[in-house]
Amino acid sequence: MKDRYDVIVVGAGPGGSMTAKTAANAGLDVLLIEKRQQIGDPVRCAEGVNKKYLKEYIQPDPAWISAEVKGSKIYAPDGAMVEMSEEIAGAEVGYVLERKVFDRALARDAALAGAEVMVKTRATGLLMEDGFVKGIKAEHMDEKYNIRADIVVGADGVESKVGRWAGIDTTLKPKDICTCAQYLMTDIEIDTDFCEFYVGQKIAPLGYVWVFPKGNNMANVGIGITGHMSGEVRAKELLDDFVLKRYPGGKVIEFIVGGVPICGTIERTVANGLMLVGDAARQSDPVTGGGIFNSMWAGDIAGKVAANAIKHSDVSAEFLQEYETKWRVGLGRDLDMSLVVKERFTRLTDDELNTLGHSLEGIDLGNTTLIGLLWALFKANKKLLWDLRGIFKGIKDLEMESSVEVNS
Amino acid sequence: MTVKVNRFKCGYCGACVSVCPPGALELIETWIEVDETCTDCGICAKICPVGALEVPK
Ligand SMILES: Cc1cc2nc3c(=O)[nH]c(=O)nc-3n(C[C@H](O)[C@H](O)[C@H](O)COP(=O)(O)OP(=O)(O)OC[C@H]3O[C@@H](n4cnc5c(N)ncnc54)[C@H](O)[C@@H]3O)c2cc1C
Ligand code: SF4
Ligand code: SF4
Repeated sequence: MKDRYDVIVVGAGPGGSMTAKTAANAGLDVLLIEKRQQIGDPVRCAEGVNKKYLKEYIQPDPAWISAEVKGSKIYAPDGAMVEMSEEIAGAEVGYVLERKVFDRALARDAALAGAEVMVKTRATGLLMEDGFVKGIKAEHMDEKYNIRADIVVGADGVESKVGRWAGIDTTLKPKDICTCAQYLMTDIEIDTDFCEFYVGQKIAPLGYVWVFPKGNNMANVGIGITGHMSGEVRAKELLDDFVLKRYPGGKVIEFIVGGVPICGTIERTVANGLMLVGDAARQSDPVTGGGIFNSMWAGDIAGKVAANAIKHSDVSAEFLQEYETKWRVGLGRDLDMSLVVKERFTRLTDDELNTLGHSLEGIDLGNTTLIGLLWALFKANKKLLWDLRGIFKGIKDLEMESSVEVNS
Repeated sequence: MTVKVNRFKCGYCGACVSVCPPGALELIETWIEVDETCTDCGICAKICPVGALEVPK
């Protein structure tokens, strides 16, 4: 470790590793630190990702692809099912990953691009001078270090502190976090071609259950509920109830817990000498909870903006605004739309969810996009979904839903 | 200011850290630490997926 770098990236999840790789490829001197001793472990993820988008950033490798699926099936409380092809299912299906291997592969790519990687190294604060972030305070093997850099990127996940240290309040309210528990199960009957979702206030209050095939007779069976519904009952207990009913003989071979930000866009993700990426920037999707691709996509932009800023010797918030603007243009609208959808769908009773489920029966959704699916639901259930009307504004040719482009 | 962490239940996911208003929690490797800025608000205990946190009454 040196005592100064161009860029320090805090957190070696997909967001941090992509940032580090892109910045290093642009010729910057980059340090990527990760507080855990093993990158990506324990996993906090259901591991579903859209393969088309992913391929833009990393060459697919069987080592980190557990399974491939064709689409998603969503089950209403009474069993009514809506099937979506991979296209409309949006960002969260296609591949089911082995994230322990995937996250490490991304960190390896960052290292091969020239970034220095340090594990078991935790950022504990920022070095601040004249209102600019000038580096980090860190701890490694019980030793304290001050490491300087022109730009610090906070890619420190849901538990991010980097933003807070720089005066950006990223604290999540209970309703802004999805609290999750998941088992990796085996010896169960699963549909290996589809990711399954089960909705309903009884099954998962303001959330849902997911079953993602992992290949070799395994699946990630998990549940996420909105934080303010947690307390009396918790994600873990609800998951146990579901598993007992659905997979009585199933065997659990791994258990994980986690939280996903579902707050939608936050006010600010840059400061003087600082950018936030991925879950730290609350860029995960409020409906799907998906954040793997979003964090990589944003990390790539952050890496490029960092290179540009350093070339121009200007790391002020004004200059770094380029990052903020770019990610908001590409992703902001999707996150805002998802927030509206989440607010509406989480207020539906089980009966209303059943009505929605049945309303699409016999309708061929073909290869429509997520917005196309929502439009189909809206058309058939205008009264129930009236709150959603705003999200269709500005989208032309609504009747031709299959041609509507959504960049999710 | 003493949220109790049950280390035998905690799955070290960091969810509690993200909701703590004063930033009193920290996830270090496989355990959660609480500092003196904790106000006993109980939000962390509410959202923990496994119920590993307890605010003493
Ligand atoms: C149960 C669950 C299911 C999910 N399912 C999906 C899914 O199916 N598809 C999908 O796309 N997304 C899913 N997500 C979301 C996805 O996991 C995240 O959006 C994604 O990991 C975000 O990547 P990131 O790089 O921003 O953060 P992370 O992957 O969380 O990485 C942050 C890293 O920073 C490190 N770190 C934190 N603080 C410090 C510090 N002070 N110093 C050094 N290092 C630090 C952490 O240890 C961590 O390794 C799920 C999340 C959960 C909890
Ligand atoms: S939310 Fe619960 S399980 Fe997760 S780190 Fe905090 S105490 Fe542990
Ligand atoms: S009780 Fe409130 S202040 Fe104390 S650690 Fe939990 S969330 Fe933070």
